[in-house]
Amino acid sequence: MSVLPYVLAVWIFVVGLFGIVTSKNLIHVTVCVSVCQSATYALLLAVGYRDKGTAPVYADIPTSRRVVDPVVQSLALTDIVVAVAVSALLLSFAVKAFDHKGSLDPAELAEQRG
Amino acid sequence: MRLEARYAVFAAGTAGLAFLLVWAVGDLPPFGHYAGPYGDIVAKLVEPQRHMANAVTAVVFDYRGFDTMGEELILFAAAGSVALLLRETRDHDTNGIVDAVQSDALNGFGAVGAIATFVLALYVIAHGLITPGGGFQGGVVAAAAVVLVFLTCEYRAYTRIASSKVAEPLESIGAAAYVLLGVTALALGDAFLENFLPLGVTGRLRSGGSAALVNWASALAVAGGFLLIFAEYLEENMAARYRRDEA
Repeated sequence: MSVLPYVLAVWIFVVGLFGIVTSKNLIHVTVCVSVCQSATYALLLAVGYRDKGTAPVYADIPTSRRVVDPVVQSLALTDIVVAVAVSALLLSFAVKAFDHKGSLDPAELAEQRG
Repeated sequence: MRLEARYAVFAAGTAGLAFLLVWAVGDLPPFGHYAGPYGDIVAKLVEPQRHMANAVTAVVFDYRGFDTMGEELILFAAAGSVALLLRETRDHDTNGIVDAVQSDALNGFGAVGAIATFVLALYVIAHGLITPGGGFQGGVVAAAAVVLVFLTCEYRAYTRIASSKVAEPLESIGAAAYVLLGVTALALGDAFLENFLPLGVTGRLRSGGSAALVNWASALAVAGGFLLIFAEYLEENMAARYRRDEA
């Protein structure tokens, strides 16, 4: 079952996708996009893990100690911070849509005129 | 398209996608047996080559500083877009705003808590090269410290510290400083964003060379970006609420 953590990431992604497709509220869509992003973090960190490896910070451990991969951790950490800002942008779309059309339902907002 | 038809298409498509993804991840090295050489090379070289104890921060701000600049600019663009979308005429009378928190005890605790959280943020940023932390994490904590002022004290106090007029230059200076540090490396004959300052001693605050400055620049940009986003949302909300009340 050593492939289970990767399958978990796929499952989280599919759940987020299900949420986006069946959503009736723009704010809910934003949160589901965030869930899909979490799936990528889970996959990245699972790829970098090493058995009996510790955090790649050598402040108090010798350099010969086994550590996990630092590169995927750096990808995940910058990504999480930036994802929050992007979620804020999506939510501002929702605010503007509500101001103009009076509804947050993607089905009602999908009708284009002209 | 009818709802049931849409669900059917989704189910079929996602089943195919899930099958392909599970098949693909099955070919990865088994969990816990990370094989790739890049992580091992970085982990071995980070102390002798860059005098930094934290390999993750070294990757973020030194080895892959260019990627972090891209992420930084995504944050900058997102914050700027939020400002663009939510900015409209916001003349509202701040004197009429009724704050949600009336208790003096909560005001006091909040003020002290905000200062303590801000000091914690500075600690996390400064020690990013030695222990887990760095510009991104510390910048978020700094923004949270300022937001704490709004949550526990009054709105007027918050606008005096961090209205969008203050947050905007903060963020721009941070993002610009990041790029300027890269250009300085170019001007000195190195590659873009290469480390050009003396590296110092591992484990001390003054280590890592110019990656430490890049660390502070990104902390400024992240804190400024989050404060700008929050200020835009808050000012829009206050304007809408107090304009409607007067009408």
